[in-house]
Amino acid sequence: MLRKQSKKETAGASTAQAMAASGRRISVSDMLRKYGLVFAILIMVVVLSSISGTFFTSTNIINVLRQISINGILALGMTFVILTSGIDLSVGSLVAVSGVVCGSIVFNNPDAIWLGFLGGVLVCGLFGAITGFMIMKFRIPGFIATLAMMTIARGFALVYSDGRPYVLTSEKFKLFGQGYVGIIPVPVVILIIVVLLTLSLLYYTKFGRYVYAIGGNPNAARASGINVGLTTMIVYTLNGLLAGLAGVILASRINSGQPAIGVSYEMDAIAAVVIGGTSLSGGIGKISGTILGFLIIGIINNGLNLLNVSSYYQQIVKGLIIAGAVILDTTSKRRA
Amino acid sequence: MDDHILEMSDIGKSFPGVRALDHAHLNVRRGEVHALMGENGAGKSTLMKILMGIYHPDQGSISIDGHQVVIENPAVALRLGLSMIQQELSPIPEMTVSENIFLGREELYRGTPFVNQKSLNARTKKLLEEFKMRVSPSAKMNTLSVAQIQMIEIIKAISYNSRIIIMDEPTSALSDEEVNNLYETIRGLKRKDVAVVYISHRLEEIFEIADSVTVLRDGQFIGSEPIGAIDKDRLISMMVGRELTNIFPKQRVELKGEILAVRGLSRTGVFQDISFSVRKGEILGVAGLIGSGRSEVMRAVYGLDQRDAGEILLDGKPLDIRNVKDAIRHGIVMVNEDRKGYGLVLCRSIKENIALSNLDYLSRGKFFVNLRKEKEACAKLAKELMIKMSGINDTVESLSGGNQQKVVLAKSLMVMPDILILDEPTRGIDVGAKAEIHSLMGEFARKGMAIIMISSELPEIMGMSDRIMVMGEGKIRGIFNRKDVTQEDILKCALTGEVKSA
Ligand SMILES: Nc1ncnc2c1ncn2[C@@H]1O[C@H](COP(=O)(O)OP(=O)(O)OP(=O)(O)O)[C@@H](O)[C@H]1O
Ligand SMILES: [Mg+2]
Repeated sequence: MLRKQSKKETAGASTAQAMAASGRRISVSDMLRKYGLVFAILIMVVVLSSISGTFFTSTNIINVLRQISINGILALGMTFVILTSGIDLSVGSLVAVSGVVCGSIVFNNPDAIWLGFLGGVLVCGLFGAITGFMIMKFRIPGFIATLAMMTIARGFALVYSDGRPYVLTSEKFKLFGQGYVGIIPVPVVILIIVVLLTLSLLYYTKFGRYVYAIGGNPNAARASGINVGLTTMIVYTLNGLLAGLAGVILASRINSGQPAIGVSYEMDAIAAVVIGGTSLSGGIGKISGTILGFLIIGIINNGLNLLNVSSYYQQIVKGLIIAGAVILDTTSKRRA
Repeated sequence: MDDHILEMSDIGKSFPGVRALDHAHLNVRRGEVHALMGENGAGKSTLMKILMGIYHPDQGSISIDGHQVVIENPAVALRLGLSMIQQELSPIPEMTVSENIFLGREELYRGTPFVNQKSLNARTKKLLEEFKMRVSPSAKMNTLSVAQIQMIEIIKAISYNSRIIIMDEPTSALSDEEVNNLYETIRGLKRKDVAVVYISHRLEEIFEIADSVTVLRDGQFIGSEPIGAIDKDRLISMMVGRELTNIFPKQRVELKGEILAVRGLSRTGVFQDISFSVRKGEILGVAGLIGSGRSEVMRAVYGLDQRDAGEILLDGKPLDIRNVKDAIRHGIVMVNEDRKGYGLVLCRSIKENIALSNLDYLSRGKFFVNLRKEKEACAKLAKELMIKMSGINDTVESLSGGNQQKVVLAKSLMVMPDILILDEPTRGIDVGAKAEIHSLMGEFARKGMAIIMISSELPEIMGMSDRIMVMGEGKIRGIFNRKDVTQEDILKCALTGEVKSA
């Protein structure tokens, strides 16, 4: 029954052939899997341009990008949190905190726009650090800790501003939300900077590796000498800082620091991350996915507006598209 | 010849980039123990997962009792009288032992939808006693050791009363005593005409328990023989495709000064008053049964678990090891026995896993990873350890069990530590790669590394160690020079605490 040893050679050749054959087969489905979202965006763009004359104009494109920037910044921060298998529900409230803190500074001193900027960003960073500390020290799940922080931060914004918006008349302050660099809106420039920053953090630093490892298997991370608690805390701090940044841009765009703004912003951010293929159980995901995710959400919002879909229906359509994108993504992955 | 209970013919299966099975055959007779052998990544687990309906074959056919069957999913397989002990243990950590064993087969109070937990616990207790396990049916799975979990999986598979039981490396975490219990069980099964497909990399086991053997290599059928018709060397050359002469290539190394000393280490209820030392260039083997506390002691030395008392001295100076980072900083590195729990981030790539505990070494400056150095260093190690993969960017998940174990080893070998603690280092690794790893260990020892090796495989302990420490019930039962003792002495000492007078 025994085969001859010399069979080995031909065996090797046939395996190689089989591999080459299967390799070709994969590359097609691989393409689809990798670039499925890109195709989705292209289809949306083609459809929208053919229906609406205004969609594919440079004004509208720049408009879309500007609208996207706030959710984009939030989603990039959220990507880190979700990669560690956490979640942050407090970012919407933090946007308001940043708005009132920054607003109060600029309200009292219309020239101190950079002080306002720093104030908004850093206070939110502090809030994020506190959330991270709670998670690290008391080992409570991120969902619970940030749910608590969501109401605490909202309450803080209301108490701090006495429930009233800071109406801002400073011309200089318009820079962050309404200014331009050449033809590119400043929020878009900030978004691009944040993209580059998060890209390099995630892919080129030790910290990035820790984030992936913690999300994939916290025990293995700890056994490899990684300080899991500290890394988690830094992740939530980073997310707080970025929420603060988004808050400043928003305040500048609407010329006021509003304590009640930003409600459910976290949901769009989470949606963008999940559409981008990042696993809610952590360890798997990419910045490029998140970028595609917030682009899709932005295009949907813009397109539905251009098509004059009623805002009630918009919510349903948005939900369906999100569910569809994720189903497509998971089924194409399972097929492998 | 016709009395085959199971016939798998011409099975083919591809994964992205890999041809895992290529015209594989397996014929098993009623009531026999059939060993399925092959190197890491040969396709053994894949073939068995196809049989259990976990994977679907690209081609080929399966017959049970002469009837061709299509096995859509594990539920169908169970109904056909098949059950399997998975190589990758998959307990539900938050559930109890009895809940795990009877998962999906919960007994209800008659006429109600309520689970009769009392009866399930009683049945579990009986099963546990049969296997001489001292574990409560209501203990949570996450409080058990790897070996205990493996025993529970064995019990679970047998409790289905199947006609064919597949055991994919059932003994990889077990020590001799438990293995002997398992043999007893298997002989009992044979008497009931149950067929067993038995996968193991421990050759002694095959010759002890198997009636016939089928060998796969690179997914292909190489041969099938009654066990009486072949010997160890023949079997190895069938698996590896070449001769392998020296299985335990222990090198002669001159021992230098003492580097690590542990004094009076204790952790309440786990281990007491542990004192030992290792010298540079020495390999200290650690033997003992399940629950003897050998892994726990080493985890405490590595800073992964707390200790209640005792000190650890490095070069005579006391060390304050509070966490793993402290240990690594002082040149102590440990390879954990629980590769899924503590060793690997399964969803990430081979490269990232190998790099994970070496990022300080692979960095440029304080923050940035040197991507080029990372790639080169990881690729080099993967090649040295002969990891079977299509590239270092494959996820660890997609590797065969033995190749995953090699990744765990690679993590600890990139930066040569001063003290290397290995807990079951060659668990699930095939003969060829094992010899490779053992010769690497010898190499490291020659360069002055101190190695502590926990192993359940006595031939490995006997073959590689300079001294052997035997543990039992949380205490040291004796430390011996290898030359002064036999395998039987060690086993006896581990079992009864009886020390052979020198
Ligand atoms: N889910 C999967 N995705 C991709 N490749 C896989 C998958 N499962 C197995 N493989 C590949 O198929 C081959 C055979 O793997 P298999 O697990 O059957 O090996 P094995 O003989 O059981 O090895 P070991 O002795 O290490 O357990 C390997 O090259 C492995 O990398
Ligand atoms: Mg296997």
